[in-house]
Amino acid sequence: MFFYAARRFGLALLILFVAVTVMFLMIRAVPGDPVQIMLGPRATPELQARLTAELALDQPIIKQLMIFYGNMLQGDLGIDVFSGRSVTTIVFQQLPHTLWLIFASITWSASLGIALGAYAAAHPNTAIDRAAAAVSVSFVAAPAFVVALLSLLIFAVHLQWFPAIGAGEGFWDRLNHLVLPAFAIGLSWVGYIARLVRASMLEVMGESHVRTARAFGLSERRIVLIYALRIAILPVVTVIGVGMGFLLSSAVFAEIVFARPGLGKLVIDSITTRNYPIVMGSVLISTGLFVISTALADLINAWLDPRARAAR
Amino acid sequence: MSDTLLELDCLSVDYETSRGDLKALRDISFDVKKGEIVGIVGESGCGKSTLISSILRLTAPNTRFREGEIRFKGRNLLAASEKQMRDLRGADMSIVFQDPMQTHNPVLTIGRQMLDIQHRSRSPKAEKLARAARMLGALGIPDPEARLKQYPHEFSGGMRQRIAIAMALMSEPDLLIADEPTTALDATLEVQIIERLQELQREMNCAVLFISHHLGVIAELCDRVVVMYAGAVVESGEVREIFHNPKHPYTRRLIDCDPGHIKTRARVLPTIPGEVPDLAALPQGCVFRDRCTQAMPHCAAQVPPLSKLEEAHHAACWLNHGEVPA
Repeated sequence: MFFYAARRFGLALLILFVAVTVMFLMIRAVPGDPVQIMLGPRATPELQARLTAELALDQPIIKQLMIFYGNMLQGDLGIDVFSGRSVTTIVFQQLPHTLWLIFASITWSASLGIALGAYAAAHPNTAIDRAAAAVSVSFVAAPAFVVALLSLLIFAVHLQWFPAIGAGEGFWDRLNHLVLPAFAIGLSWVGYIARLVRASMLEVMGESHVRTARAFGLSERRIVLIYALRIAILPVVTVIGVGMGFLLSSAVFAEIVFARPGLGKLVIDSITTRNYPIVMGSVLISTGLFVISTALADLINAWLDPRARAAR
Repeated sequence: MSDTLLELDCLSVDYETSRGDLKALRDISFDVKKGEIVGIVGESGCGKSTLISSILRLTAPNTRFREGEIRFKGRNLLAASEKQMRDLRGADMSIVFQDPMQTHNPVLTIGRQMLDIQHRSRSPKAEKLARAARMLGALGIPDPEARLKQYPHEFSGGMRQRIAIAMALMSEPDLLIADEPTTALDATLEVQIIERLQELQREMNCAVLFISHHLGVIAELCDRVVVMYAGAVVESGEVREIFHNPKHPYTRRLIDCDPGHIKTRARVLPTIPGEVPDLAALPQGCVFRDRCTQAMPHCAAQVPPLSKLEEAHHAACWLNHGEVPA
């Protein structure tokens, strides 16, 4: 298990390296001189030359990349053009809000989705199964921003059960502020995970080892919850790992609709003001998050499934 | 009570399909006595699997028990509740399935699975594990304590089938159903496992219902044989009788086709020409008629009854009837 984990994280680092390099080159390929954009049209040539040298933009691209990596390894992602504060500080200030939102969404949607899917699979073609299917599909079909706006109108404005905007102070208040955004971006995942678990579960329930478990008189409850679910959950873990990336982009919606601080709001704000160091820093952290979550998903799978540990 | 353990009485089982009812089993009658080994032979699709899943009542949802009874220790299993069935499974009757590679849960250790199947026992965990290790040892698995911590994929096919047999015998059942337990294994392993099974069966004195299409193994192991064709019993009786004096053309052809039986080198291995009839649209009369070289006009008219020819020898063929009713 240890060697598997070490190998998997080595791979994650490699993926991160490739992704960041590509992203770096892409941003450099965007037309327009970043110095001119940052300083505006009325800057003096001396000022422009100074900033160009400061950002090392006069160096060959390979050299620039090496400088970027060198700084990054020291935790330096550059300086915010407007405030002059360190990008690392700004990004890490916003990151916890987004992380909370993502974890809250995935936790409630995965637990409800798995429960719904497993229950439907244990009672296939019953009224409950059909109802669960209908609910799941409508959840999947509902776009996150519509759900966000509607839930804002209904639960925050009309019923006033939950706060409408902000992230809150202190644990309980924060949790209270999380409810609506997490509901909005998690809802379609409930349906998706429920459908996935049901299909996966039905397949596993048809396998020979389930018949063996039945032939030894094990209770149906034990067979479903321990013998089958542990196998049926494997593809779901992978999907959730990849889904973290999608949730990052859904979080952008939620953060704007609910005026929450967070990585998504930071990126949008900095793109509109062309604050490239911040964009670069936030995208780097998001990429890191994505790479880590897929690696974690693989590790959880390896922990659940001894065959995955042995292979590769 | 007599010494009969399992009794099938005119059992008929259908599968409801979109094409109509599939008559998987028709009028099956035979019994298994305490401590006896009964073999069931027949080609693929003859209803062997339906038969054993019916006995355990682990059938597909579209299964319909049309007629007859399955009596185990005098009680009709088809009338038993699901709870009563579950109490029997893995306790009084247990089963070894055909494919050892698929029969264990791939994500749980063998120890965990062997622990779980002792769910009825109130002994402490350590004792249950020790019992599991003893059972594995009895099936010839070296270093069983350490191997309990391993997962199914870390064992070979032969080892996995030994484990499956160990699991089935752990509760010391009265009836062990073995569904082609050695078909997936090579010949040397087959002999080893059969011998081991035979020894343990004598020790525990449990009855075995042994399903196989390997006639050599049946002849070696069983006391009595039931020959099945297209969902019906065509012949049944003591092993020696069936092999030396078969009374049904199908049994004779089956013995002729057994590679172990062929002494001279043949360019073409003998086969039984033709195919098993469609169980959804059975022909009139004898089901084997189309493939039978000795078929008579009467065979098309009426299904031959399974009639007693001698003490403990039954066959369903008009050839054994002196005068055929017109």
